[in-house]
Amino acid sequence: MPVEIPKDKWTGKVRTVTIGAKAAEGGTRTSTITVGGDTSMPFLHFETPTPNTPVIAIEIKSRKPEDWSALLEQAWGDAMNNPAAWASAAEAAGANLIVLWLSLEDSADDAVKAVKSVLAATGLPLVVFGPGQVDKDNELLVPISDAGKGEKLLLGICEDKNYRTIAATAMANGHLIVARTAMDVNLAKQLNILISDMGLPLDRVIMDPTTGALGYGMEYGYSVMERLRLAALQGDAMTQLPMMVTPGFETWKTKESKVGVGVPEAWGDWKERAIHWETLTATALLESGASIVVLRHPESVNRVRTAITELMTA
Amino acid sequence: MALSGIQIYKMLPQTNCKECGFPTCLAFAMKLAAKQVELSGCPYVSAESKAQLAESSAPPIRLITLKGVGTEFKVGNEVCLYRHEKTFYNKSGLFIRIKSSQADISAAVAKADAYKVAYVGIDFSVDGFAIEADDPAKFVDAVKAVRTSTKRPLVLISNDPVLLSAGLAVLAGETSLLVGADASNWEAFADLAKATKSALAVSANTLEELADLTDKIKSKGVEDLVLVPGGNTMGESLAKATQIRRLALKNFRALGFPILTFPCNAGSPQRESLLATQSVTKYAGFIILDKFNPELLYSLLVLRENIYTDPQKPIQVTPGLYEINNPKPDSPVLVTTNFSITYFSVANEVEGSGLPARLLVVDADGMSVLTAWAAGKFDAERIAKAVKSFEVESKISTKRIVIPGHVAVLSGELEEELPGWDIRVGPREAVDLPGFMKKAL
Repeated sequence: MPVEIPKDKWTGKVRTVTIGAKAAEGGTRTSTITVGGDTSMPFLHFETPTPNTPVIAIEIKSRKPEDWSALLEQAWGDAMNNPAAWASAAEAAGANLIVLWLSLEDSADDAVKAVKSVLAATGLPLVVFGPGQVDKDNELLVPISDAGKGEKLLLGICEDKNYRTIAATAMANGHLIVARTAMDVNLAKQLNILISDMGLPLDRVIMDPTTGALGYGMEYGYSVMERLRLAALQGDAMTQLPMMVTPGFETWKTKESKVGVGVPEAWGDWKERAIHWETLTATALLESGASIVVLRHPESVNRVRTAITELMTA
Repeated sequence: MALSGIQIYKMLPQTNCKECGFPTCLAFAMKLAAKQVELSGCPYVSAESKAQLAESSAPPIRLITLKGVGTEFKVGNEVCLYRHEKTFYNKSGLFIRIKSSQADISAAVAKADAYKVAYVGIDFSVDGFAIEADDPAKFVDAVKAVRTSTKRPLVLISNDPVLLSAGLAVLAGETSLLVGADASNWEAFADLAKATKSALAVSANTLEELADLTDKIKSKGVEDLVLVPGGNTMGESLAKATQIRRLALKNFRALGFPILTFPCNAGSPQRESLLATQSVTKYAGFIILDKFNPELLYSLLVLRENIYTDPQKPIQVTPGLYEINNPKPDSPVLVTTNFSITYFSVANEVEGSGLPARLLVVDADGMSVLTAWAAGKFDAERIAKAVKSFEVESKISTKRIVIPGHVAVLSGELEEELPGWDIRVGPREAVDLPGFMKKAL
């Protein structure tokens, strides 16, 4: 029986964004990351090819985190004490790029030093996130932006109440920014408009529509991402940005991942469950449109890599 | 394709007899098109029109029902490609594979059958078992052994219809799913499915071949079909599943059936988890898992619940006083709403902090803090009512309550509603709760 495969014909396209700069482009990175450029829903190669393979970032901290799961401490060991060592370990574990998350305790000098040490330890493109308090983020990210001029760093996290300073310093130093909004298509559009109005070209913006962990609101993020991608394909310029989400951060907060005692027996083996929690969340979000997933556990990186490789095979 | 009112009108008697309760045949046709009445309301419609109209109003993906011993599993009837367009209705079934060659089948099945896990107050379990005839000589005994340990619906896997027939003889009165039909053996399978009223899964390498097969089998009188499109990689499976769902939604009848996938054959438990994830999110109706593995099962059951939650009707948490980390009488009382994501963000932060607390979940019609406040569903009166109806006072030693930072404006009114209570304003975001609790409480 003849079957005519229905193909969607879209007019819109997700912007192509490149993170990191090699020597020839004025940076010191040995590799760069290019994401986006999509002209169909995720991995539907029978419609149009997926131009750029989604990538995996590994999250590291400028200081050893006090509240991470023992499973993550086992996985990274002493490397957690030193961001440069941690970045090297993350590269060895298969990261395409590094997310360096700064701490509230960092001074501007500490933060710049941490960024420089990570840039020296790995040739991967670098994402730098402030600790998440408006004043502190600005205090740390501006000197980092200045010190890293030319590297095409991805700086964040810009939110509606705190995007101007970060966007301005990124603009001045040739960096990129992450724009985060809380699981809502219109909020995402609105922030992209505000950033665009400042004069930062949108091909230097990655949007993070925010995800919840599996079981903790993941489906909201999942559907918002599908809707953002559909809007982008329909031609809405303010949604045509590649998406980055942080399933590692979200899932390792959950009880399912964090702890192995005092939980129901029906939850099964702790380590496998924690890896599943991170892997399932990340895989579902890749299929709903993520171009960058930020993970924490090296075994999750292996599995999500398998998923990406298979999804890129028609 | 759904017919318009005018198209339906042309198939009606056009006598305006009014016996259907509507003044004209056209009015009735319009109601039919809007699916507000049943065709049976017209006593004079011709058999030919009836068949045509039934065909056009059938759901794009056939509802398949399996029956065990007093148990049932339903899948199909889906109407959209993306869950936000409407919702996904009938959850993918998670079936555990049992090989006929394996030792101690009864015990393995009994363990998986007894499995129960709670998530947001709902108990989940497996949907059934799939018995694979890897050792044909032991198949019938395997079916018997499985049936002694579970009442759930069964899937039987073999490419030998005679063997399956022997297995089905053990399962009188049930509706099982037979897996193993392809282009080479479909006729014998169709005969068996028809004779035993079983559902039948068919596999083929291309969608064209698959559509050919279902067409031929339907002409033999078997309607309850399931598709096994296969695919060597996740990319290939995704393409096929998406194409089948799209075609079905365009009323391409030959592919309007649920899909079955085999994550159990992934080659490794790691890859199995990935294939199963894609199966849940991307349109599978039956998912066959390799053996009982609680950590994977729990993860997949939660994923399935998330994906199949109606986006218009978010899961609500039952209002009440929830204890976290074994609170003592002097532990703080934190107020939030019964919107599930709000509740879980708050509960998760408090749980993760290790600090004991009581969470007072107020009935705010399932809305988040700000939305509920704006809609007048989360005010001082409702909070005070919750404090009283859940007898908070009897469980604590200090009359102190923390309200979300977003509704700081309520603190004055709440002091009036709850005289003698210390009303504190907490952080706006759940993520800041542990810090607030350490410093301010």
